[in-house]
Formats: sequence, structure tokens, C-alpha cells
Amino acid sequence: MSLLGLYVPGASILHRAPAGAKLLGLVGLAVVSQLLGLWWQRCLLLIGVLLLYPLARIGVGFALRQLRSLWWVLATIAVAQLALAGWQLAVSVVATIVLLVLAAGLVTLTTTTTALSDVVVSVLGPFRRFGVAPERVGLLLALSIRAVPVVLGLAEQIRDAQRARGLPIRPRAFAVPLLVRALRHAQQLGDALIARGLDD
Amino acid sequence: MPLIAVDGVSHTYAAQRRPVLHDVTVRLDEHRIGVIGANGSGKSTFARLLNGLVVPDSGTVTIDGHDTRRHGKQVRQLVGFCFTDPDAQIVMPTVAEDVAFSLRRRDLRGRALEGRVADVLTRFGLGGHADHPAHLLSGGQKQLLALASVLVTEPALIVLDEPTTLLDLRNAALIADLVAGLDEQVVLLTHHLELLDGFDRVLVFDEGRLVADAAPTEAVEHYRRLMRAGG
Repeated sequence: MSLLGLYVPGASILHRAPAGAKLLGLVGLAVVSQLLGLWWQRCLLLIGVLLLYPLARIGVGFALRQLRSLWWVLATIAVAQLALAGWQLAVSVVATIVLLVLAAGLVTLTTTTTALSDVVVSVLGPFRRFGVAPERVGLLLALSIRAVPVVLGLAEQIRDAQRARGLPIRPRAFAVPLLVRALRHAQQLGDALIARGLDD
Repeated sequence: MPLIAVDGVSHTYAAQRRPVLHDVTVRLDEHRIGVIGANGSGKSTFARLLNGLVVPDSGTVTIDGHDTRRHGKQVRQLVGFCFTDPDAQIVMPTVAEDVAFSLRRRDLRGRALEGRVADVLTRFGLGGHADHPAHLLSGGQKQLLALASVLVTEPALIVLDEPTTLLDLRNAALIADLVAGLDEQVVLLTHHLELLDGFDRVLVFDEGRLVADAAPTEAVEHYRRLMRAGG
């Protein structure tokens, strides 16, 4: 299973649900979470989202691991809200962020990128007359998702190379080669897209 | 087999002063054509000419009569291109989606599309990985996927730019066997000279010039002499 929020193959009811319905549900959830004003109501909503993971045959532990990289953001917000507005609002705000992240994660974990970009293409269809190219926007979405593991892989290679040379990790010494490699990758990807007839 | 006609081609990249290709003329209609040369010899630029990724400063390149300068679309339908680094050419996050991406311009939808993708993945030994994230495949599997995504469009000619350079011996052998079994016309650039056994013709590039054009044994021997002289 991927920890990057990428598609996890499956045949659950959530996997089979139309991508458009799932995205609409996500938007609906965001609206409802804002309408519910009490902290315990939002916590109940969070529990509801967590229960959807077993329904998609994805472990709750896996769901919670998605939050690992966000812990410091959540902690900062919680502390700030606690100091400024009390524990109830702190719980309410953190629960809202967590439930929306988990819900969005569930959508990407149970929906292929192609299905997501197809929704984007149909939603943007009417904007064609204003010069918008929906297929391009859909492809951009797919490429962005695909770029996540690629850039993480490049970062790992650079860290390994620096460790192998006994160099301390300095932000500039890390960022410059990462940027150069990411740009080189982008150039190669551009060539590959042309070779595969993107512009034809 | 399509006729590849390269006539008086010279090319210099914008950032460089020296031409990377210098007055190259060659006609190729054999089934398997090898291209060898040191790094920087111009062989990759030569390969990129064949599907219009590089349009030459002077001279012409035609594939089956289609000029790469004027008929890029037709040329790219005829010529599939496989890069050295598969990560740079896998566009979609999952294996089946990447193969399906190649077919987006064909009138295939639903089950017909899924069936075509499944057939190709089975042919390339990736049948069990259809919904697998592409970045979790091994190096050899990624190269197989890259090749599958090119071949699914049924090009008449496939250009392979050092497809085994980043692979271990086992995966390199896997790719080599697969290339050997292709019915399509193949132009293979490689540093693995043993892959050229059984090829019909091998071109040797040196400093932007085509310096040898012969059967594999003779061409490889020429290349070895060239490298020894250079060292």
C-alpha cells in the first residue's frame, strides 16, 4: 500500500462508486462540517469518516498514518486555539481538518487518477469556449500525482549521496541539486509526452 | 519495413557551439538496426531525429516519406520512442493507466480499452500489476511498462535509446529477449554490444559523424578500435 495517498486497488463499494459522486460527497462533507457548530458534532463526523475506511477495506491505522506528516501543523493550531479560544474550539478546528484530510485521502485511495481527471475534464468542459483546455488540466492533475513519488525518490537519492560523502544536511546543499534534478526530470517528461503524441 | 531516410543532416544545440551531428546521410530499411558510439558522439540526437523530437538545422529526415519537419504527427504515429530512464516517460500513476494513456486518441472506451490494455500487460508479463502504482515497480518492470506503453499504439518503428543502461544483468537480458522478439522495425542505441548479435546493420557514431555502417561484427570491431585509439 502506498502512503502517498495514491490509488489502492480494490473492489469495495467505495472503489466502485463514481468519481464524481465521491468528489461531490467530499464537497458536501466540507459544507456540513462548517454548518455543525459544536465540537462533539464534528468529532462524530470524524468517527463517521474513519468508519468509511474499513468499508473501503483499508485499515484505520493506514488512514491515521496519512496524518503523520501533518502532526506539527495540527499541534500548532491546537495550541494556538487552546490559548486563544479554549479547548472546545481547539478540538473543533483540529477535528475538522483531520476529517477533511482523511476524507480527501479516502477519495484518492479509492479512485484512479484517470477517473478523477475525467471528472475534471467534464466539469471544465463548458469553459472550453473561454480558452480552457480541460484535457490539459486533467493531465496536469495526473502528472502532479505522478510527480510526488518521483520527487521523493530524487530527494532520497540526494540525501543518500550526501550521507555517503559524509556531508551534513544543509538546506541549500539539498535544495539546489533537488531543483536541478526535478527540472531535468520535467524536461525529460516533456520529451516523453511529445514522443507519445501529446501535441498531435 | 518503413524506410528511414536521413539526408545531409547537421544539428547544433542552442547552448553549444560545436555541431552534435555533422552531415549525416543514411538510408535504413532493415528490421534491426543498432547504433553505437561513445557518450556525446551524437547517437542520441540521431535517435531523436527519427520521431521529430529534434528537428535538424539542415538536411531532412523522412520516415516512410513523411518529413519530420512538416509531418510530425504522422511521424510520431509511425515511430515509438523508448527512453533510457523509464521514470521519465511513465506519465500516469498506475500501470494500466499509463498504457491506457497511450490509447487516449484511439476510439477505445470501457471494456474494449480495458481488454486492449490487459492484453498488452499480459504480453509484457505485467498482467498481475495492472492497478499497481508505477513507482513501486522494479527497474526492469518499469522499463517493460515503458515499452508496453509505446508498443500498444502499434508503431511501425520503435526507437530504443539505451533501454538497458540502468538495468541489472537479469533485467537487461529480459528486455533484450523482448526486443529480439519484436516484429516491428527496431533502432536500438546501446552500450551493451552483445545485444547487437543477430542485428542486420549497425551504425557507429563518433564526434557527430557516422564513421561506420556495417554488419554487427565489423561495426563493433570498428567501435572497439576507435575507443582504444581514443584511450
